Order: sequence, then C-alpha cells, then structure tokens
Amino acid sequence: MRPLFAFHGGIHPPANKAQSTQLPVLRAPLPAKLTIPLRQHAGESAKPVVQVGDRVLKGQLIGEPEGFISSSIHAPTSGTITAVDPQAIPHPSGLPDLCITLIPDGKDEWIARQAVDYRTLPADELRHRLRMSGIVGLGGAVFPSDIKLRPLRDHPNKIIDTLIINGAECEPYITCDDMLMRERAADIVQGAEMLRFTLAAREVLIGIEDNKPEAIAAMRRAVADSGLPFEVLAVPTLYPGGSAKHLIKVLTGLEVPSGALPTDIGVQCFNVATTYSVARALAHGEPLISRIVTVTGNVHQPRNYEALLGTPLNELVALSAPLPDTARYIMGGPMMGMPLDTLALPLVKAGNCVIAASSALFPPAPPAMPCIRCARCAQVCPAELQPMDLYWFARAKDFGKAQAFSLFDCIECGACSYVCPSHIPLVQYYRFAKSEIRAREQEKIAADKARERHEYRELRIEREKQEKAERLAAKEKAALAAKPAAPATPPEDASPENSAQRKIQAALDHAQAQAAAVTPKNTVNLSPEQLAEIAKIEARRAHIRELAQSDVEHPKE
Amino acid sequence: MAAFFSPFISKPDNVSQIMLKVLLALIPGIALYVWYFGPAILVSIALASVTALATEALMLKLRNRPVAPFLKDNSALLTGWLLALSIPPLAPWWLIVVGTAFCIAVAKHLYGGLGNNMFNPAMIGFAVLIISFPVPMTHWLTPHGLGQVELTFIDQLEYIFLGALPPGVTLDAITMATPLDTLKTRLHLDESIKHILDMPIYGRLAGQGSEMVSWGFLAGGLYLLATRIISWHVPVAYLGALFITAGLFHLADPAHYVTPLFHWFSGAAMIGAFFILTDPVSGPTTNKGKLIFAAGAGLLTYLIRAFGGFPDGTAFATLLMNICVPLIVLYTQPRIFGRKKPAPGNGGKP
Repeated sequence: MRPLFAFHGGIHPPANKAQSTQLPVLRAPLPAKLTIPLRQHAGESAKPVVQVGDRVLKGQLIGEPEGFISSSIHAPTSGTITAVDPQAIPHPSGLPDLCITLIPDGKDEWIARQAVDYRTLPADELRHRLRMSGIVGLGGAVFPSDIKLRPLRDHPNKIIDTLIINGAECEPYITCDDMLMRERAADIVQGAEMLRFTLAAREVLIGIEDNKPEAIAAMRRAVADSGLPFEVLAVPTLYPGGSAKHLIKVLTGLEVPSGALPTDIGVQCFNVATTYSVARALAHGEPLISRIVTVTGNVHQPRNYEALLGTPLNELVALSAPLPDTARYIMGGPMMGMPLDTLALPLVKAGNCVIAASSALFPPAPPAMPCIRCARCAQVCPAELQPMDLYWFARAKDFGKAQAFSLFDCIECGACSYVCPSHIPLVQYYRFAKSEIRAREQEKIAADKARERHEYRELRIEREKQEKAERLAAKEKAALAAKPAAPATPPEDASPENSAQRKIQAALDHAQAQAAAVTPKNTVNLSPEQLAEIAKIEARRAHIRELAQSDVEHPKE
Repeated sequence: MAAFFSPFISKPDNVSQIMLKVLLALIPGIALYVWYFGPAILVSIALASVTALATEALMLKLRNRPVAPFLKDNSALLTGWLLALSIPPLAPWWLIVVGTAFCIAVAKHLYGGLGNNMFNPAMIGFAVLIISFPVPMTHWLTPHGLGQVELTFIDQLEYIFLGALPPGVTLDAITMATPLDTLKTRLHLDESIKHILDMPIYGRLAGQGSEMVSWGFLAGGLYLLATRIISWHVPVAYLGALFITAGLFHLADPAHYVTPLFHWFSGAAMIGAFFILTDPVSGPTTNKGKLIFAAGAGLLTYLIRAFGGFPDGTAFATLLMNICVPLIVLYTQPRIFGRKKPAPGNGGKP
C-alpha cells in the first residue's frame, strides 16, 4: 500500500453530495438557443471564424485560438449562427463578452470525426489536436491542457515522473466528477494513458476522496480491465484536498514550491473530466462541446446533467425544478463558487455546478465581530499562512507587510472564513489586498514607462535642437562659400522658404505620429464596456474599503 | 441585500458561544469553591458580572459602538468571573467592583475593545487590586471545619455590603492567608517544609479545600480541550514548566522547596493554565509561540512564588509574558506551504 501524506489544516464542511448522486447523469434536452462565449478558458479569447447566417455542424470550429495561452470553441450542435455579439457570461465581473449565438436545427449533425492513434502521432501534433479540440482544465481553472503537456523547454533534462489524475472533488455539493467516474471510468483511464504517454510519465496516480466509494470502485475496475499499472488511491476527505498542490502533497509527499509549477518537481496533474475529454477528443474526434454539471441545492430533484456548452442556465436549472423559496444561485461550490446575479447566462466549460440557494440553506453570515486572534483560521489554512495577521495587514492597507507575509500564497479556499467565530469575511479582505497590490504594480509599471518616455522625449528634443543648429551652421558656411560664384538660379526646392516649410511639415507629421503612437494614459479611448468594468471594479473596491473601515458590520435593517 | 460572496457557508459557531463554553467550564471549580468555602464567591461573581456588563455597555456607548452584539459576546462576563475567582470572596463589595470596572474600562476598552487588548484584562484587574488594596486582598476564607467560627451566608452578605461582622467575631477568626502565603512566611521563619505541611490548612496535595477547587478547574480545562476551545499547547507548557522548575528545586533541597504537585494544586496554577493564559487575544497565535509563552509563564510563576514578593505568581507571570507576545509571534512564524523558510516580518500586531 502506498503511503499517503497529510497537509496542514483543512476543514470538514457538510458534504451535501448524496442528494445529487441518486440518479444517473441525464442528457439535457437540446435547448432552442445556444449562446457560446468565446472566452471559456484562461488566456486569450478565441477569435470567431463564423459569420451570422452560417450553417454549422456539431463539433465544427467556430472560434479559433489566438495567442499562446488560448483555446478553441466549437458548435455544440448543428444549426445556424444568428449573432456574434457581446452577451452576458458567467464571470465575476458580470460584464458581457463576445458570444456566438446558435439556433439548433434539431438534426444534431456531426462534422466528420477523426479518431487518431495517440501512439503514432508526434507529441506536437497531439498537443495541437487538443488545442484545436478546445480541451481545457475542467476542474475550474479552465487552463488550456495542451500547454500543460508541453515539454519543459528551459529544463530539457527535467522529466515528469508522476501524472496525477484529480478525482478528489473536495467542494461540497458538487458531484459531476463523482458521477463521471462512476459512469465513464473506462474513458477516463484511456485519457489518463494518453496523457501519460504524451508526458512520458513513469507512474499514474488517480486520487479520489474516500467519500466516493462508488467512484473509487468503478475506477479500480476500469484500471483493472485496462491492464494498465495505474493506482487508484482513496485519499481522506478533507477540504481543500482537491486543490492540485494539496493532492500532489497527499499522494507524493512533495510540495510544489511557492511560485513554481508542479512540473518543477516532476509532477503534472489533470482533473478527471479533463482526462475524459482528452479521450473523447483523441479516440473519438469529439471536441469539447458538452460537460457534466451538477444542479443541486434548493431544488426538487438534484442531479447531474450532461449539457451542451452554451445551454441557458435557467433551462438547465428548470430541469431540476427549483423550490419556490430559492433566492439566488451559485455557480461552483459553496466554498469557492461565484454568485450569479441572473440565470440568463450560458453554461461554460468552467460550469461544474449550479446551486439554488435559499436563505434557509445558505443563511446570511451574522454581523462580523472583531478578530479575537483565536487562530482557528491558522489551524485550518492549507497554505500554512497566518490569516489573522494577513487580515490585520489588509485592513490596515499595509500591503507591503501583507506581501511579506506571503499573501499571494493564499489560494482563497475560504477555510479561514468558514471557521472564523467572528464571521469576518477574510477571503474578501485577501481578494481586496491582492487586487490593490496588482493595481499598484500596474500603476508603477505605467509610471515607469511614462517616465522613460518623457526622458526619451527630452533627449530627442535636445538632440534635434543640436542637429538643427549644426545644419544651419553648415548651411551658412556653404552659402558664404557659394556667394562669390555667379548667382545661378537655385533649384526650386532648395530655396530656404521651401526647405523651412518642408521641415515644419515634417516636424508636424512627426509630432502627430508620436501623439498617435503614445497614448498618454491607458484610460482614454476606452470602450463603454471597459469603462463599465472600471466603474464596477471601483464600486467593489469601495465596498471592501467600507468593510475595512467598520469594526463591526451591521446589515441595514 | 446583504453581501453574497464565497464562502457561502460557515461553521455554526461564534464568539459568544465560545465564551459561554468557557464560562460553563468554570462551573465545576466554582461549585467546589462553594462546597469548601461557602457561597460568598457567588456574591462576588454576581457583583463582577453586573459591573462587567454595566462598564462594557457604558464604554461601548462612549466609543459609539453597537452595544447589544458586544454585550452578548460574553467576553466581559468572562473577564469579571476570572477576576472574581482570583481575589478573596469575603471582601468589601467595592473591591471587586473597582477591579472589574478597571479591567473592562482600562485594560480592555482603552486598548480598543474586544480583540485588541495587549494584556489579560482580568490579570490587570488583579494586579491593580493587589497593589492598591493589599490588605483586603490577603483575607482569604478559611475552608469549612478549619475556622474558629463560621459565618452564615447572611453574615457574609452583611460583611460584603456593610462591612459589619457579627459581634465578637474578628476578621482574623474567619479568614487566613493562602496556603502559598503561609508556606512562604513560615519558610522565612526557618520552619521545615514537613513541619509546615502538617498544619491543618494543608490537605493531601496542597491547601485544604483549595486543592479541590484546582481539581474543578482542571476538569473544566479538560472540557475546553475536548471541545477544542483551547489547544493543548498552553496548559501543557505552563504546567510542564512549573512542574519541571519546582521539581528541580524540590530534588535539590526537599527541606525548603515543596513538591511540584503542591505548586500545581496551589493558587491560580490550574485556572491560569486552562482559563487565563489561554486567552487568545493577549496570547500568541502560533503553536510554537504558545509553548514558549506558557513555558515562560510557568517558570516566572515559580520564581515569583519561591523568591518574589507576592505569594502567587500566575497574574504577574501572565502580564510579563503578555509583553513578550509580539516578539514571540515574530520569531515563531511557521513555514508556509511550498516554502523552505517562514515568512519574514514582525508578526502579530504591527
């Protein structure tokens, strides 16, 4: 038996997973309209490659990757493109982003799908296929998977020793990975072998929290059937044990150094749903066009659905029949999820769960009391930080000290807020401090650039002055020398006036070009969307500042 | 609408409940106190409670803070109870009132209220009283069966509120010095330990009656450990350091230094280990820091008891170690996940 390791801290929130695992995964009906955002992954948004009026087939590329960290977007079904415009997407900013609207024709007609044998393809080609299949991390980070499979160019002699398949699913309520493992274990194992092959990893460890015995059994069966030497390990249920760094610690005893990547210690980690989609992409030629999503909480029938990306969340949630006292919705889990202002949003690749929230199920936090330094937060912090000190620094806006005490090692898992007996929204303070620090760094970079530009300009003016003086002196000298000779008609454009005019014109052109090239401040010439975003961010900061100012928070009665 | 952001769930726990559990954990000790020394302690606890809540409310009003949520947090009550348990129960009513008011107004609110006091408020109150009013602070009740006369509860009330004793009864007849005090005084008179401990005020381990009260506080402390209100670090390090120091002296010269168990079950050692030094606000936050803090307090308690000017040392040891807390926290920062070294900086409160 492989020894497991423990990480510091962690919490045991009520799992609330049983409710949504009673029924098998149900394929959600084809919606009347799909809204497919072009930014469903970390990095650059995909570039639309279809136009309004185009007929597309299921699985057809409709958005291609642009830039190094980017991914592609595909039509989830066959139909007609009716719009390519900004629409609301599930994003913390709540701002619209470019989306492709697709009206399905009901035929669900596939493109020609081409399965490949991963063993015969060069690794570059494999990665390209994953990139063009839109495969991104489905555990929540939606980071393009092909990049995680790139050879370590800077360290060519570094190898990946261990590939970890993350089936921990530590957040309460979410069961989409659990159900996927129960029902489609063979595909996951096949995908794991593809990833192992591409990385040339020595071993594959599949980590699943021990509150999912059915998934563990299914995965063990699938591994045994495949004959592959993978290990399925039941890890203790402890939030946030599904955080990649913490699962790596539990399974290997290794800690990913702060600021480094798992590959730096010879480990790479993929979520089970990502692994599954890798298998679908390579062995079946299916790009990522659907995902399994848990609909749970205050609903009549909690369960998991396999839904097309772009499915309106309200149609999805309606399948589970939310109870009448449902007040709000959360995308993701109750620990790290995101509140949704509306359900008129499409399902995206990151959408693992939608929780219907009632005030009975998620009672509002009581008013915050002062910190009594009980250090329960430090006892549960999986990053081994001192949250009560970071809170103190963030509140005092002592950002330098917050950074010195490793604020950026915080993974925002929320364990500290969960246990705080004073109900201080600790994570909000850390988010505030982080965003302030980032904003200040940006400002500093901008100021440095402006200073450089200014200094360069001064230098250039000085140099031009000098050159002009030299030119004039040379000219005078030449004129003086030419005087004794017969006054021949000088060529027209050599006349002093003309030359001066030309110079003035040139200088003007130059100045205009300079002005065009150098935008004095990055906040002018912004689109209304960007302005709205700035306003929103400012409002959020103001709110957090307010939080920071009052010792005790009391919601207005 | 109330703010809605992750995490959306929290542990059903709050400051008020934590403080309430600490108050509950004091009950076994208080019950034994009443059993062995009579109900006077209940009067001083009641006086301390009323004063604590009134002072807290007044200070909150003066500081423009919401009164209700802070009164409900039970922290002022706890301070009052701890002070009441630290001073003689049979004392003029104003003694506990002045002490409690000072704890709450000066040691707590002038430092910024709940969560901001550098020093343990109850111990500040004790220090102020023992320095300002040393005489009533030495009149400890004699346990049942040892005094020449025994006061009824009515007699005790009359003394506390009116300062009147029944005719023919002197204060000396109903009170005594604490076992620790007696030990110290008699040792100065060159009596041997064995001889001193034969006195009727001494019981099996330490003082008659007071050793049983210490058992009560130990029981309450174990409840706090079991419910994870406190961690093991402070009580273990404090009692450990006290035991080892006392043990070394005892081994070296048993005629002049009492056993470590005597120290454990005397004075404020048990209540200090589980209820006073474990105050999170004025103590260190790191586990290593807690060990250093409490071990230092254990050592200081012994030194003050054995060589200092006061019979017991827990209060001053606590206050002295409170001063060191920011430094201790700074030098005991734990290693951070994925890093080799702990974070730099000054730790604790800037």
